[in-house]
Amino acid sequence: MSPVLKIILQRLGLGLVTLFVVSILIFAAVNMLPGDFAQAILGQGATPEAVAAIRRDLGLDQPPVTRYFLWLAGALQGDLGNSFAQANFASFVGADSGGSAASVAKQIAPRFWNTMFLAGVTAVIAVPFAVILGILAALYRNSAFDKFANIFTLTSISSPEFFLAYVLILFLAVLNPWLPSLSNIYIGMGFGERLEKTLLPALTLTLVVTAHMMRMTRAAIINLLASPYIEMARLKGMSPMRVIVRHALPNALAPIINVVALNLAYLITGVVVVEVVFVYPGIGQLFVDSVKIRDIPVVQACCLIFAAAYILLNLTADIMSILSNPRLRHPK
Amino acid sequence: MSVWVQIVGVLMACLALGWVFQFAGEKITDGTPFFRDMPLSVAFGYVLGVVVLIWIVWSYYLSRTLAAPEVNKYFFFRLAIEGFVLFSIAAWLFRLLGRTVGTRATKKLFRQMPLTASFGLMTIGIYALLAIFAGLLAPYGQEQIIPGVAANIPPGADPAIGGNADFPLGTDQIGRDILSRLIYGAQNTVGIAFVTTCLAFVLGGTLGFLAATLGGWLDQVLSRFIDVLMAIPSLIFALLLMTIASAWAGSQSGMLTVYMVLIIAVIDSTRVFRLARAVGANIVVMDYIEAAKLRGEGLGYLIFKEILPNATSPLLAEFGLRFCFVFLTIAALSFLGVGIQPPLADWGTMVRDLAQFINFASFAPQVASAPLLAAGAIALLTVAVNFVVDWMLQKSSGLKE
Repeated sequence: MSPVLKIILQRLGLGLVTLFVVSILIFAAVNMLPGDFAQAILGQGATPEAVAAIRRDLGLDQPPVTRYFLWLAGALQGDLGNSFAQANFASFVGADSGGSAASVAKQIAPRFWNTMFLAGVTAVIAVPFAVILGILAALYRNSAFDKFANIFTLTSISSPEFFLAYVLILFLAVLNPWLPSLSNIYIGMGFGERLEKTLLPALTLTLVVTAHMMRMTRAAIINLLASPYIEMARLKGMSPMRVIVRHALPNALAPIINVVALNLAYLITGVVVVEVVFVYPGIGQLFVDSVKIRDIPVVQACCLIFAAAYILLNLTADIMSILSNPRLRHPK
Repeated sequence: MSVWVQIVGVLMACLALGWVFQFAGEKITDGTPFFRDMPLSVAFGYVLGVVVLIWIVWSYYLSRTLAAPEVNKYFFFRLAIEGFVLFSIAAWLFRLLGRTVGTRATKKLFRQMPLTASFGLMTIGIYALLAIFAGLLAPYGQEQIIPGVAANIPPGADPAIGGNADFPLGTDQIGRDILSRLIYGAQNTVGIAFVTTCLAFVLGGTLGFLAATLGGWLDQVLSRFIDVLMAIPSLIFALLLMTIASAWAGSQSGMLTVYMVLIIAVIDSTRVFRLARAVGANIVVMDYIEAAKLRGEGLGYLIFKEILPNATSPLLAEFGLRFCFVFLTIAALSFLGVGIQPPLADWGTMVRDLAQFINFASFAPQVASAPLLAAGAIALLTVAVNFVVDWMLQKSSGLKE
């Protein structure tokens, strides 16, 4: 087996182990809840029989280890259990939904794709924009442009996402009605309309992510510019742009790819607040709503999905940086 | 769609002007290297910069001269420009003050300081004063619903739209004074964030130094545990734990705030641990640590008297950054409705409660400024801290590039 493949398999294995431990952690954290879900659903006036019935229904009467493996096995098959809130609702209206309306997976699936769409639009705008700006800032460092970019990115990094979101709403939706401020996306919407409604949240996220990515790209390239071979290229009389594009960029690719992947991982956190501001029907909004009403299965599932995405992106960053670095590809 | 066409048109025009600028410059100055070697992209940059400056000045001029309905569009623009100029002048004066007053060392510090850093220091100072003396400065109490006063008085004290000079920033949806709540918010939000950061540093720093000094299995166990904790995005993890904490706290909202402080402190201590361990590991291999060990010094002496003083500068910079992160996390949690709980005034909650007023911006811009004030207060502080940290890092790394 080639050494690269071995390293990659090692990393993948490590990622899987991490995800496994994280799933234990999430499950354990949720099990630290006082009282009982059944009690919480039925409220204070519940009879012991009703509580016992619900406990049996939800499988809460089994020991935690059994429940954990049942949950994990379900999650691996795409069955994330039933939502308490919806189960509660269904029992109130007396409608037996046959478990379909209350299924967490059914709730999450469309929202998951919405969130992926938002993240995708953001990435498509942010990544080229940030890398080009970063290269320009490195090329013209200490110029007025670089200083302005530094101040601008620092400001947008340090502003909370909702501040940026409201400022964008103020200028692009309210004062100048160019874009819709609410992203009411539904199934079966045309791509163009969907894109238009996603644009404002995507722009907000772009502002946050671009700033990080641009600063890191700039730092990575400036770091390289101190190397002797860059000095050599300059002394040959190459133009600064050529020095950067031909000599610095191929070697800066590893750190830049790393930066891109890490920032996409950062998107995961940003998405929660932004989705709430724009009422974007994604997984982040579902997560916050479930946290508020303590809908444990949904919280658990969302947490697992976020953590998996985060680990996957970090893993990608790791593997890409190995693949793009000959010294790591051919270890001595 | 026409907006995009306009933007592309302006950019193309800038490109053409840039070419003309470079060509004309080269001809007029008889081929000075500055113009001769200027790439088109740089010329484009110059022209774009000038166009943006002209646009800003023109918009500001419009904002001062236009009549009522059209001027609303430029209200926030004018506010931003005036705020920017005012803060720049204040920061410049503050730096001037620092250069003339004080000891030789502080004078030297202020002499080398960029304007952004002096702005940061000044802003942090103002926030600290507000937070400490909130009780004296605020005209009303933070939970006080003033009898006989209407709710939702717009900010700006303009009687034409229902403003009231007693409440310069207006009142909120149940008739509390927004100015007082903003001032108390400095105390609550900043205070809680500061305590949380300190806690995270005590926890993460101690464990990190311990891991670095002792090594072995303790280091392994701690590091792997921290790795797992860091594998969950911090805001998501905080939200998960807050769900549980809210069940524990039940109806006691005060306890929930305490749990929030503990949760965020633990989550953020993982990042501190990483840094403290890395810095500590570099220090532990030094000869003076070896000497101290041979002298028979105890673990406490090694950590607090030998390692800590040598790790101050990276830890201090990290403290600033960590504070920003903690502050933003708390603001985000409060904004989402699971952070600092209602009776306490808090900026994140205020933004959430007042957010719908943004939609009134086109006909009454003053009304829309209420939520932005609270959000802006958060942004201003984190920007200030970041500017100072940026300057400190640049100073300590000694890099001029």
